[in-house]
Amino acid sequence: MQPTHSSRRILLPVRNWFIVVTLFLALLLNLVPFGRLPGIPDWVALVLTFWCVHQPLKVGMAAGFVLGLAMDVADASVMGQHALAYVLLAFAAAGLSRRVLWFPLSQQALHVLPLFLGMQLVMMIARMVGGAEFPGVVWFLSSFTAALLWHPATYLLLIPQYRPEDKDVHRPI
Amino acid sequence: MSVVGHAPPPFFKRGPAPLVRLVFFVSLSLILLVADLRFHTLEWARLAVATVAWPLQRITWLPIDAAGDLGAYLTRQSSLLKENEELRRRQLGTANLLLRQQHLEQENMRLRALLDMRARLPVEGRIAEILYAARDPFSRRVIIDKGMQHGIGAGQAVVDDVGIIGQVVRVFPLTAEVLLLTDKDQAIPVEVQRNGLRAVLAGAGAGMMELRFLASNAEVQIGDVLVTSGLDGVYLPGLPVAKVVKIDRDSSYSFARITCAPLAGVERHGLALVLGARTALPPQPEDVPATPVQSASGKRVKKKVR
Repeated sequence: MQPTHSSRRILLPVRNWFIVVTLFLALLLNLVPFGRLPGIPDWVALVLTFWCVHQPLKVGMAAGFVLGLAMDVADASVMGQHALAYVLLAFAAAGLSRRVLWFPLSQQALHVLPLFLGMQLVMMIARMVGGAEFPGVVWFLSSFTAALLWHPATYLLLIPQYRPEDKDVHRPI
Repeated sequence: MSVVGHAPPPFFKRGPAPLVRLVFFVSLSLILLVADLRFHTLEWARLAVATVAWPLQRITWLPIDAAGDLGAYLTRQSSLLKENEELRRRQLGTANLLLRQQHLEQENMRLRALLDMRARLPVEGRIAEILYAARDPFSRRVIIDKGMQHGIGAGQAVVDDVGIIGQVVRVFPLTAEVLLLTDKDQAIPVEVQRNGLRAVLAGAGAGMMELRFLASNAEVQIGDVLVTSGLDGVYLPGLPVAKVVKIDRDSSYSFARITCAPLAGVERHGLALVLGARTALPPQPEDVPATPVQSASGKRVKKKVR
């Protein structure tokens, strides 16, 4: 059963250290030097969006800002480019969180796809104002792969919150 | 507004409103962007974070390194033999030149002494391995495995066995960033090898370069080899850079559009040589005070300083 608001599945409360560890692992995945291979998703953006949607009170714009600064250094890009994009992404995802969790996972992915595309657009505008070259349309492919990964990422990141389904006919929910 | 004159206590403390936080963080990011793009004042922060993150970065290379090692292990013997043969043939081909180089250098030194010219400084190089291309899709940079600890400094030229690759722009303790020739921000003074015509070659993105500010009737042909002129004090004169591949002489523009392809394997990976820093050129003579006579058209020559 899918862990959405409309399903009957009840999750355990999230542990704070798990959020920190997953964000850190996403940062490590982003550091893997794939070079200019197209379609590699921005793992930090994916995990950050996930936690902003599922735990808007724990993960928000401050986390996005700090992760963005780390990405700016790792990517050798301009300081503040990822920070700006991730802050806007976190804001939009937190605004989406009330609504999007009522949909099944495939439709959730369609909801977050514009967020990822908007994030890339913000980065592109910030850099092209500074006189950088256009990275090509292929670069936007990574948003689509990130949206495709929303389904597996949801299952993976919610694993510690699942609990065994016990069938109790006397319990109301 | 309450009756007793103070606001009721909030039920849930959540800090400032989301919009306030958004404005705060966005303005902070914009300040950082401007400070880095316009004033280049954040290099110290970048250096600090990069030094701390270095071990993590090293860990993340492990899977890629392992894949590379596996690929090298599975190389077929025939291809190795072929490569060996090719290298030996090339070595024999250049042996003649190499053997005579010592002699020629000595002769050159004597002739220069005779002509009372400044002796050319010998330049030492340091072999570095290109680790990976930086992930930033907006610029063309590679990371090499030599840094501050190995005496690399910003501004040094990087070459491979065919020609120039780029220039070191940022140095970390154990790595350095090389801006490739094809980056839009990179410009290099060159001359046409055939006739000594001087020009500026700038990156055009997409792996190509552009020869800028040459009149549409300039004496350039397709296939001309461009070498560094050494006027900038960064690159040694005479290093091959690029080859002219396309010339578009449109008389409606005052400049010709000349597209060039880099000679060296700029977008390939492998070993590179970081050349030692050149001694600074003598300072430019001060500008003569401008004559008060204005030209008839009143056109100003705009001097671009990069």
